[in-house]
Amino acid sequence: MADTTQQGSNLGPTTDSEAAGVVDTSTASGKFNRFDNPWLNPKLLWGVGILLFIILMGMIGQFLWNTELVFTGSTPLRLPPVGFENLRGTPGVADYPLGTDGAGRDLLALLIVGTPNTLMIGAVASLIGMSTGIFLGFSAGFIGGRVDDVIRILSDVMITMPPLLILVVFQAAFGDVSLIMMAVLIAGFMWQSPTRLIRAQVLSMRESGYVKMAQLSGASTMHIMFREMMPNLVPYLFGSFIANVTTAIVTAVGLEVLGLGPQRIPTLGRVIYDAINSGALIQNLWWWWGLPTALLAIMFIALLLVNLGLDEVSNPRLRKL
Amino acid sequence: MSGAASSGIPREYILNRLITFVITVWLAATLIWIIPRLSPVDPAEVMLGRMAAGGAFVEGADQILEQLRERFGLNEPLWMQYLLYLRSIITFDFGLSAASFPTPVAALIWQALPWTLGLMLLSVIITFIIGNALGAFMVWERTPRVWKVVIPSLMIFTAIPPILSGLLLLYLLSIKMRQWTGGDFFFPLTGSYGLNVEPGFTLEFVNSVIYHGTLPALSIILVTFGFWTLGMRGLMITVQGEDYVNLAKAKGLRPRYVLYKYMVRNAILPQVTAFALKIGLLVSGQILVERIFSYNGMGKLLYDAILDQDFAVIQGVSFIIILMTAASVFIVDLIYPLIDPRIRQSTQGAA
Repeated sequence: MADTTQQGSNLGPTTDSEAAGVVDTSTASGKFNRFDNPWLNPKLLWGVGILLFIILMGMIGQFLWNTELVFTGSTPLRLPPVGFENLRGTPGVADYPLGTDGAGRDLLALLIVGTPNTLMIGAVASLIGMSTGIFLGFSAGFIGGRVDDVIRILSDVMITMPPLLILVVFQAAFGDVSLIMMAVLIAGFMWQSPTRLIRAQVLSMRESGYVKMAQLSGASTMHIMFREMMPNLVPYLFGSFIANVTTAIVTAVGLEVLGLGPQRIPTLGRVIYDAINSGALIQNLWWWWGLPTALLAIMFIALLLVNLGLDEVSNPRLRKL
Repeated sequence: MSGAASSGIPREYILNRLITFVITVWLAATLIWIIPRLSPVDPAEVMLGRMAAGGAFVEGADQILEQLRERFGLNEPLWMQYLLYLRSIITFDFGLSAASFPTPVAALIWQALPWTLGLMLLSVIITFIIGNALGAFMVWERTPRVWKVVIPSLMIFTAIPPILSGLLLLYLLSIKMRQWTGGDFFFPLTGSYGLNVEPGFTLEFVNSVIYHGTLPALSIILVTFGFWTLGMRGLMITVQGEDYVNLAKAKGLRPRYVLYKYMVRNAILPQVTAFALKIGLLVSGQILVERIFSYNGMGKLLYDAILDQDFAVIQGVSFIIILMTAASVFIVDLIYPLIDPRIRQSTQGAA
């Protein structure tokens, strides 16, 4: 809910900041305002803050809480969170503060173990996709010709292909997969948009003055790529990375909710799958499906905030609102 | 507009898009074919295992296995298998379903397809209109101040994938609503029409379909309109600073006229192409929503097939959905030049 007010308050001072902008230009060499640094915009800070909190929860939680409780039958069945009663009137106990599921697993332990797994799939898949995208995008933009044609057509083709369906075929054929394998598979669908983005940027940058200048002064292609062009692409790359993390997690959760993906490792999607399959919705076991859903929702909101914040960094016009 | 349209869309542009479309479909078909063959699991054995699990002992298992292999063409050389497969997939022949043997997979798909298409068309159109309208109003200087606070807060929903919003809506508007209203009014938990309603063009049936479709559609609309809103906002901000908008305002045209005819008209064009980038995710999202609501579409068919390890159905559903996606991108690409005269003029279809 804090995010709502955050966004709301963001709009309030619209006119004030416009007024301040006028003042700023008149005192051109005036003192630095904290908000002058585009990287410190509130959306970005909030988003990164929430994400860090979730990651820390997973990292520290493993030492503070007994993660053995993720195994089936290690707790009583269907206990509600502390302060609630389930349909049979059993109150929650402090031993299992977030309640337990229908197979005797502690939800807090499931969340502590499952959240980092889910985030990791997203990060690894996006990282691999990103690196591939940078490589292909630069190659297409720089080498041009046939290479460009092939890469452009391939990324055009792959961008329309729904990742979920190819992955469903794959996992249905292969059965169980490991977390890393899943991340690599998803990464196969994460390189197209960075490739297109970088290719377009490289094509437009290649004609710009400073690149021409570097070429004339005999700089190597590598130098031009990584020292001249890359710094300008950083906000785009970050934005694209975060967008891809979101897509990768959505895809992973989708596969898990269909009952595919890693079978023995707890992930948030897997918890939701178990809950739906055991009729947790109808039996009013809201904590079982509700808590992982809420956690995922918070995660996605944080990722969206980061993405919006990065948009403002790379496109100053958006800061107006 | 209509006069210029007669000059036609550049042939090179159409050819370009057509090649992309054909490669997409071919690549999807090939992937679907290769992947199971990389797997250590023999599909015929899996199928037999299922039959055995159902009926304990299978008489003459070896013979059946041989027959299944024959049916799948697994005894032919690989390239022959591939060509046979391509021929059969073009004619939508995906073989027979193992779970509901011997129903052809195509028959199952044709039953499910209208539901998926209907739900998708409806939600995409509604989302596109709502999303773009909100995005435009977010930037327009005459929008009431309240809306400028309300619309950004709605953006929070964009972050959530439809499967999660589906779960929440199902819980709130179906299960909880039933408790709150004492069973008087609530949305159905599963299905795409009432069990006691005979399918047909009757008012009762249509009502039932709308009643059952509301929640799935709502859960998609709620979380996808923001994509268009954010895109539209960015485009509107860019358009807002253009000279022709300032000129239009200076001429004293009505603000609403300037908004629709000058700003939205220009900002909406890239949004149509954004559709091509988004549709893959939209489709995946809807498949999952259908699974949650047990909606009688492709999503439920796919999920049941995964549970039953019915590989022919999984292949068929995946191929048809990818074909649908590629076809809709192709159609959007063809419509695009009609609404953007600039593409018609230049022979290079770089957009």
